[in-house]
Amino acid sequence: MSWAPYTVDATHFYLQVYFWIIVAVLGGLFLLMTFVQGGQTLFHTAKNETEERAITNSLGRKWELTFTTLVLFGGALYAAFPLFYSVSFGGAYWVWMLILFAFVLQAVSYEYMNKENNVLGKGVYKFFLYFNGVVAMLLIGAAVGTFFTGSNFSINPDTRHVIWGTATNGFNLRGLEAAIDFKHGAWFNLSFGVLLFAAARILGGLWLINDIDNNEFPELITRIRGTIKKCFIVLLIALLIVLYGLLTMKGYSYNIHDSKGIVTLVAGKYLHNLLSFGAIPLILLLVGLVLYVWGVFTSGFGNSNKGIWSAGLGIVLIGIVVFVIAGFFGTPFYPSYADLQSSLTIQNSSGSKYTLEVMAWVSIAVPFVLAYIIWVWYQMKKNGPITKEEIADPESHAY
Amino acid sequence: MDHMSMIEWARAQFAMTALFHFFFVPFTLGMSFIVAFFETIYVKTGKQEWKNITQFWQLIFAINFALGLSTGIIHEFEFGTNWSTYSWMVGDLFGAPLAVEGIIAFFMEATFAAISFFGWKRVSKGVHLASSWLLGIGSNLSALWILIANGFMQHPSNAFENFNIDNSRLEMTNFWQLIAQPVAQVKFLHVVSAGYTLASIFVLGISAFYLLRGKHVEFAKKSAAVAAAFGLISSIFLAVIGDDHAYEVTNTQPTKIAAAEGLYVGKKGAPIVAVGWPKDLKAADVQTNDQAWAFKIEIPHLLSILGKHGVNAYVPGLKDLIDGNKKYGIWPLSKLAEVGQEARTDLKAYHEAKAAGDTAAMQKAKADFYSVVWSDPKLGLKLRKCDLIGYGFFKGKNPDLIHPPVLPVFISFHTMVALGFWFILLFIWAWIAVVKGSFANSTLLQKLAVLSVPLPWIGTSFGWMTAEIGRQPWTVFGVLPTAESATPIALANVQATFFMFLTAFVILGIAELKILFTVVKHGPKGAH
Repeated sequence: MSWAPYTVDATHFYLQVYFWIIVAVLGGLFLLMTFVQGGQTLFHTAKNETEERAITNSLGRKWELTFTTLVLFGGALYAAFPLFYSVSFGGAYWVWMLILFAFVLQAVSYEYMNKENNVLGKGVYKFFLYFNGVVAMLLIGAAVGTFFTGSNFSINPDTRHVIWGTATNGFNLRGLEAAIDFKHGAWFNLSFGVLLFAAARILGGLWLINDIDNNEFPELITRIRGTIKKCFIVLLIALLIVLYGLLTMKGYSYNIHDSKGIVTLVAGKYLHNLLSFGAIPLILLLVGLVLYVWGVFTSGFGNSNKGIWSAGLGIVLIGIVVFVIAGFFGTPFYPSYADLQSSLTIQNSSGSKYTLEVMAWVSIAVPFVLAYIIWVWYQMKKNGPITKEEIADPESHAY
Repeated sequence: MDHMSMIEWARAQFAMTALFHFFFVPFTLGMSFIVAFFETIYVKTGKQEWKNITQFWQLIFAINFALGLSTGIIHEFEFGTNWSTYSWMVGDLFGAPLAVEGIIAFFMEATFAAISFFGWKRVSKGVHLASSWLLGIGSNLSALWILIANGFMQHPSNAFENFNIDNSRLEMTNFWQLIAQPVAQVKFLHVVSAGYTLASIFVLGISAFYLLRGKHVEFAKKSAAVAAAFGLISSIFLAVIGDDHAYEVTNTQPTKIAAAEGLYVGKKGAPIVAVGWPKDLKAADVQTNDQAWAFKIEIPHLLSILGKHGVNAYVPGLKDLIDGNKKYGIWPLSKLAEVGQEARTDLKAYHEAKAAGDTAAMQKAKADFYSVVWSDPKLGLKLRKCDLIGYGFFKGKNPDLIHPPVLPVFISFHTMVALGFWFILLFIWAWIAVVKGSFANSTLLQKLAVLSVPLPWIGTSFGWMTAEIGRQPWTVFGVLPTAESATPIALANVQATFFMFLTAFVILGIAELKILFTVVKHGPKGAH
């Protein structure tokens, strides 16, 4: 039985598509901004106080944007796909709670770690940043992995309650099973998490190479390049596993023209999605991969410091494609392996037509927001990279 | 605490997050503008001392900003993690303002914070000043959208205009109505003016602390002058808009105002209890209002005047709201619950008929669900069965569940109001002293200002408790009971996350205070 209404209004459907594109773009931008999380796992490359503060100050001026993108990602999902908000956050409780916890620890660490009388000591705040960089990335990656492998939930259409798993009493995994239930794609989810972590770490390195004065910190830059090279191997392995999974696994599918929206498992679904719409998703994915790898090679293996820009653009494109093939072409973006018909699609989980229309008007502000973010970014970078002098200057609010 | 249910633990977790978050929010709202004031003076005069003043207060602002921002994100996501049924049922309405907040306000706040904090030597003076102002405007706009969302929870006017019977959820019909609802607007003005007052008292108090120690005297005098002026205007506005807020609450959430005033038996010319201690009795055990108090000192007629704008206007008490009052057209809870239960039955019948493909039965159930049960053609008002669906939950339950507990709401509301009056007095005194040039010499005033520093935090926390405990037992007043809103999840999970966040908040809160005290102890660099 299909538990949710089918959208029969064409305008409503196009709005749902529009908002899934916005979610995809926000997802892509969030992946770009995870260079902050990735950079936080590179403190070990600093061998003295000044080098460490160079890393702290470079990342510490950008963490708010990652945070804000995550908040907007949540807000956009809440407004546009409220049933996803309810099912995923309420269902995969522990996954989201641990992600939130990791972000709370991150937020204060930059501001507090080099302040006098900070109670916990610098080392603990550095650990918090590591924790955020590793745990949050692995969990977010695994959570995105479940967009393809599915989750263990069903929905009661009368009570509107989410029933997650089988356990009703005591302490439950509530979402963390995605990392240990190998029968339902844990290997894929974990690989996705490792992939996201490695990609973020490499981006973090590329960012630091760009943002820290290469002449003043030559040894630090060399060490960061060394880490990028090692991490690139991990990334390639994880990428191959994820691509193998995507192309060989059975995917969740429904007919967007069928009023009942019956969900079935279909072989080669995600390959089909990549080749849909004139193979544009596949082309975008390949362009994204090439840009990303180009960025890694020019700055990670070469001497350029501009690799972050092509790698950044690459990961935005890759992120967009991930969400596009997860939610378009008759694909439930949040499938349930416990009850296929409880799976969430952009059609059965969206806000009302009126709400989406209102939000579509509001979304006109997005280009302006992006414009001023880019302007501010330019203003902050136009006078060159972070130098020792700036770090030592008490007027620069250096961390 | 073993007897606490999952719902109560989820409420405790949300309340803890909200209160902890709310330690930082008002400070950000006010301090962002105070920093912008100081910087404006610096840019206008070009004097280094004003730059020092700006950077000192900005440093304190930044220390708070990080923790405020981070706890805000938990708040947003807890609507999904712990209140997923709520998110499902009202997400179509409630999610929109949150998303708008992200797009319009939050990015502005975070983006321009980067220039304001780190751009002193990277951008021109003009760009930096504009960024500081945009940071303040972004913070305040952020509050606007959050309070629009909260305003809907307090007074979901016409929420059922489009109750979608097919998916059992509320859907937005008029975005402008959502934005312009008076409850949300006065709430926004009340909260931001509380934030301005709080930040002003902080600056005034720290300045007074330096003067008492004979340190950083010029810095302290200048800071105190700006704080006294901003605080005086803000605290007076806070009281005026607080009165408007109380009027809106009286007319939209009668159980909240009755609990806040310990009014069990409604009356014309209702008084306000200036000082007293309510016994927090069950409504059924109270026959007269005097029975419900250990002691009280009243100001006659004041509740009717403030809440209903009439000396002898009638204000219903908790007993009237439970037992009904025919004379004033108040239905008893039993009747509301009966009709609400019928609405739930109609809704169920509709879905069963739909599943069975019985069109005729579907139409009948739908007609019953939306049928009008009361109307007043003169006023153009009508009440449909579906409007009362939330009351169906209370059928056969203890009637005292329908109103919030009297004692905490009374104490929090009255403490907040008393503190508000103290702040006005303090700022009048401080402003006169600043104008006369005697602030630096008035030891008593300085001591009182220092002692007052924690008070606005108590005031804002109590204000929030009044609003949120006073709204109980509803998440959306009169529509969605709290007990029906939570995520069905085993208790142990919520207990575990409660203590996980409690530990983090306590440790980070202590760290924040120690860093803050250290910065205050060192004082501004370059100040005299």
